[in-house]
Amino acid sequence: MPRNPQLSANGELQHLLSIEGLPRELLIKILDTAESFAGVTERDIKKVPLLRGKSVFNLFFEGSTRTRTTFEIAAKRLSADVINLNVAASSTAKGESLLDTVANLSAMQADIFVVRHGSSGAPYLVAQHVKPHEHVINAGDGRHAHPTQGLLDLYTIRHYKKDFSGLAVAIVGDVLHSRVARSLIHGLTTLGVPEVRVIGPQTLIPAGAQGLGVRVYHSMREGLKDADVVVMLRLQNERMSGALLPSAQEFNKHYGLTAEKLALARPDAIVMHPGPMNRGVEIDSSVADGPHSVILPQVTFGIAVRMAVMSMVAGGG
Amino acid sequence: MKLLVKGARVVDPASGRDGHGDVAVVAGRIVESMPGKPDRVLDAKGLVVAPGLIDLAARLREPGYEYKATLESEMDAAVAGGVTSLACPPDTDPPLDEPGLVDMLRRRAKALERARVYPVGALTVKLEGRQLTEMAELAEAGCVAFSQADAPVADTEVLWRALQYAATFDFPVWLRAEDPWLAKSGVAHDGEVATRLGLAGIPAFAETVALATLLELVRATGARVHVCRLSSAAGVALLRRARHDGLPVTCDVGVHHVHLSEMDLGFFDAQCRLQPPLRSARDRDALAAGLADGTIDCIVSDHTPVDEDAKLLPFAEAEPGATGLELLLPLALKWGVQAKLTLAQTLARVTSAPARILGVDSGRIAPGAPADLVMFDPQALFRVDARALRSQGKNSPFLGLELAGRVRATVVAGNVVYET
Amino acid sequence: MKLPDAEGLCEALARSLKPRIGPRTAMIGIHTGGAWVAERLHAALGIGEPLGLMDVAFYRDDYHAQGLHHDPKRTRIAFDVNGRDLLLVDDVLYTGRTVRAAMNELFDYGRPASIALVVLAERDGRQLPICARHAGVRLEVPAGMRLRLKRDDRGTLALELERAP
Repeated sequence: MPRNPQLSANGELQHLLSIEGLPRELLIKILDTAESFAGVTERDIKKVPLLRGKSVFNLFFEGSTRTRTTFEIAAKRLSADVINLNVAASSTAKGESLLDTVANLSAMQADIFVVRHGSSGAPYLVAQHVKPHEHVINAGDGRHAHPTQGLLDLYTIRHYKKDFSGLAVAIVGDVLHSRVARSLIHGLTTLGVPEVRVIGPQTLIPAGAQGLGVRVYHSMREGLKDADVVVMLRLQNERMSGALLPSAQEFNKHYGLTAEKLALARPDAIVMHPGPMNRGVEIDSSVADGPHSVILPQVTFGIAVRMAVMSMVAGGG
Repeated sequence: MKLLVKGARVVDPASGRDGHGDVAVVAGRIVESMPGKPDRVLDAKGLVVAPGLIDLAARLREPGYEYKATLESEMDAAVAGGVTSLACPPDTDPPLDEPGLVDMLRRRAKALERARVYPVGALTVKLEGRQLTEMAELAEAGCVAFSQADAPVADTEVLWRALQYAATFDFPVWLRAEDPWLAKSGVAHDGEVATRLGLAGIPAFAETVALATLLELVRATGARVHVCRLSSAAGVALLRRARHDGLPVTCDVGVHHVHLSEMDLGFFDAQCRLQPPLRSARDRDALAAGLADGTIDCIVSDHTPVDEDAKLLPFAEAEPGATGLELLLPLALKWGVQAKLTLAQTLARVTSAPARILGVDSGRIAPGAPADLVMFDPQALFRVDARALRSQGKNSPFLGLELAGRVRATVVAGNVVYET
Repeated sequence: MKLPDAEGLCEALARSLKPRIGPRTAMIGIHTGGAWVAERLHAALGIGEPLGLMDVAFYRDDYHAQGLHHDPKRTRIAFDVNGRDLLLVDDVLYTGRTVRAAMNELFDYGRPASIALVVLAERDGRQLPICARHAGVRLEVPAGMRLRLKRDDRGTLALELERAP
């Protein structure tokens, strides 16, 4: 089995491809570093000169304005130059392979590639073929991983709950197709959260789920009992009717987060969602806009976390 | 031509013979002893001489896929791997559903004077699973069996009728058991690794559902079916019960599947993107054991040359397949050592057993048998190196790894077609 | 080589700084040693504005060679920097690079009226045109050694020499 491609020979982060395989100390270091960046965004001059002169290429093969925008903001706050490539519309549509696209950009002196791709594992392929001084950050690959989202979720939980060691965290919805869920699960288990639960119909829970270290619930009422953190996953349109689910309405009735179901969790439970939300499907507006919701702070934390990740991969000889 | 292979350890799985001696060849056939002086002597001191390997599945990529490999390069690979007879699946472009194509392939292969090529014809037109091919015509052109390669026959009525028709003429049908809807978008075994890596999975029951259907149809039609590329423990169990019930089925396993499992995918290694997928360690162990206890008849290479670009893609987009002709012998030997079998028992899985399924006279060392031989050093180690492979397919999960078993010479019909 | 008592140096520094304290004065300590010294001075001098604490991790000039190799702490400056007479406090002034980084960071917060550098110990080895207005002690450090400020479990400060890496 080859060495974890994210870490250099002396254990430093050179790419961020997945939370899986990162040691606990490194995860905590990322969260701590993000903490120190949080102060930057509160000043007048919201920039530090760390990545001045460096080029960050946002290579998005899957459209996503919000994730791309937060990466762009984070890079600019580090004083980097940002180039956005919406590849769906350009050379790859003409049949250029992933690696050819990367090689061309590399010839334009890139330092960091932020890659979002529809196929699991694509960022690993890129990382295997970039030059030594180039770094790859996975902004989401297929259903495999979304490590910066996982990290900002961990940061959010730490911000409100302080201590991971006594928590029950429930992740609800389409776990089968969710890279957000996989990344968060790896992060939670690495940081020692004792109870990680996934809740959903059998059709949306993957075969090997228990191997990830989670407890599977098909009843939301059971799964939410005394939960400290409730993470709602987005249900994509194409899943809502077909062989996986009959309708959004039936899904909402049994797996949507309403105020009534939330009452089964702990009184001080927080509600999270990676966004964008389908109001009335996986989450009711009263909950999304209610006192338990930390969905908007998640977005703010996301910038500091991405600043931390970029500065950690790019630094060092 | 009179050829004498001298001083070898002669291993003949068909008879169980394993001892020192010579093998004498006259006019392309093995003879009891050499009459007079030989024209050529091969010094086999310290080496094993066995029947040439018979590989029931090797893609030669012609016609149609010449950019991936050519008949020349793959035939070179075959004899370098000690393979003297091979059957090639019908998924060429166009598929082998016309007698003219089959005839042309056989002629081209024969002209190259290397391994013997046995084309397997398409069971349905264009392999689309709808209309039967003219199996009798194709058989006359040289097809030894009929197959769908990796293309499904989704319509069970068509499958039933195809088996009935084949049974009419007693044509063997070679089929992979995989339910097309359950396997539809899957690229890896539906288990822990696919879940972790976020890859769409093909559950093991995609194989058993299709296998159960196939076995029922065999029961109903009496067709001679050979099940290709078993991949799961449950599949082995089903086969075992079918054999016990006396059904006329045989089966094979790909040489990669007795060694590798889903764990070998590592960080999305596209060299491990195979059809059928590499399943769990438990499945792998059951396949290896099934091969050892005879439930599975033989090992095949499932040789599939893939060009480099088609593997330098994200896992799900990469083309499935591995190169295998040159690694069939060392990988078979490795399996045999792990299964604690004798050399003769091990080699049976790549000589006498496939010979029986193919219905040919080679695959044995006995007076009168065709002189197809492989001379090899079972202890010689080598590192699997892309540059050293003769196949144009350099795609292998074993690249860079060390294996034991080097071919020193290969003889087909009494001619030395390869030697180092 | 005998080193002076750090606590005594803090007291002496506080005495020499007393005349400088005015309505526009504010103090900022550089993590980690400068923050310890600044805590002493801030308390002793009774400065009105809360003590500012600064981590220069994001302004260092060795990021590309070393990366973010220590744990960055959060810079917290609770007052408006504009128009202030700032006392910038560090433990040891050596090459001057930390102070350069601190000044760059300070100017991203605003425009102070003045900055005076206050250090517990000023040693030889300056690589940039930086000098301390107030230094508790000036000394030469033997070759191959490094001057460090340590704090024990009871919070007592002490200067120490150790082998440079």
